[in-house]
Amino acid sequence: MPDFDMGRYAAFVWPAWGISLIVLGALAARALIAARRWRREAEKLDQERPR
Amino acid sequence: MFGLANPQRFMAFTRPLVPLLWAAAGVLLALGAWFSFTAPEDYQQGDTVRIMFVHVPAATLGLGAYAALGVSSFFALVFRHALADAAARAAALPGAAFTLLALITGSLWGKPMWGTWWVWDARLTSVFILFLFYLGYMALRAAIDDEARAARSAAVLGLVGLINLPIVRFSVDWWNTLHQRASLIRADGPSIDGAFLPALLTMMAAYGALFLALWITGIRTEVDRRRVVAARARAAAGA
Repeated sequence: MPDFDMGRYAAFVWPAWGISLIVLGALAARALIAARRWRREAEKLDQERPR
Repeated sequence: MFGLANPQRFMAFTRPLVPLLWAAAGVLLALGAWFSFTAPEDYQQGDTVRIMFVHVPAATLGLGAYAALGVSSFFALVFRHALADAAARAAALPGAAFTLLALITGSLWGKPMWGTWWVWDARLTSVFILFLFYLGYMALRAAIDDEARAARSAAVLGLVGLINLPIVRFSVDWWNTLHQRASLIRADGPSIDGAFLPALLTMMAAYGALFLALWITGIRTEVDRRRVVAARARAAAGA
């Protein structure tokens, strides 16, 4: 079973994991939001283009 | 392989790949976190050894992303290839974030183990310089309005920064550093206790999958953005 008791090192271990999760989560969110935005713009462009 | 240099083929090839990479990154991260907190504590470092499971992958990907940026910059500069330029640009932000995480988590590991948050030893300094190269690359691209000129200038900087990669990698061998020597990728095999390897290798795989997901998503976004910007420019010129 996982051991979440970091004892006297909790003040170092948890910030390291916390900051990592926050930064990686923000990177993923930013990438996915930007991808959706520009994909929609490109799709709109394709629909507007005369065939 | 070179067929993928065509943006349309690249978009078609990577469309089904991207969700798989995101899913792999998520599953591997969850698995890696499980292994990280079920691994025993180190007999010398105690629970701080669990910082290694986020520090080492971040540092490895910080270097790996710069290698991707540098090689893409080379193709962008020499062959004036738009997709290579998009690849260089898309590697910059994830690479900078991984390098920043390596610096922060390393500092959080260094304080209880070395007694200091930071020392200007060769490894820490060269990684800090790597972070500055990332910042410089992104700042240069943002500072020049003409995208073609920005791409060329940034590609030159990206290539120059490649010189720093072997310095980072071998700094612990070439100089006397407080930072330990390589303990995973060594000619005589890893010197890390086998109890920590499942967590470390799974987290490395997770960070690798995450970088690939971020990078390929970023390249695809850049291709879409350029198409839209070019179409808008054509429409504005025709109006």
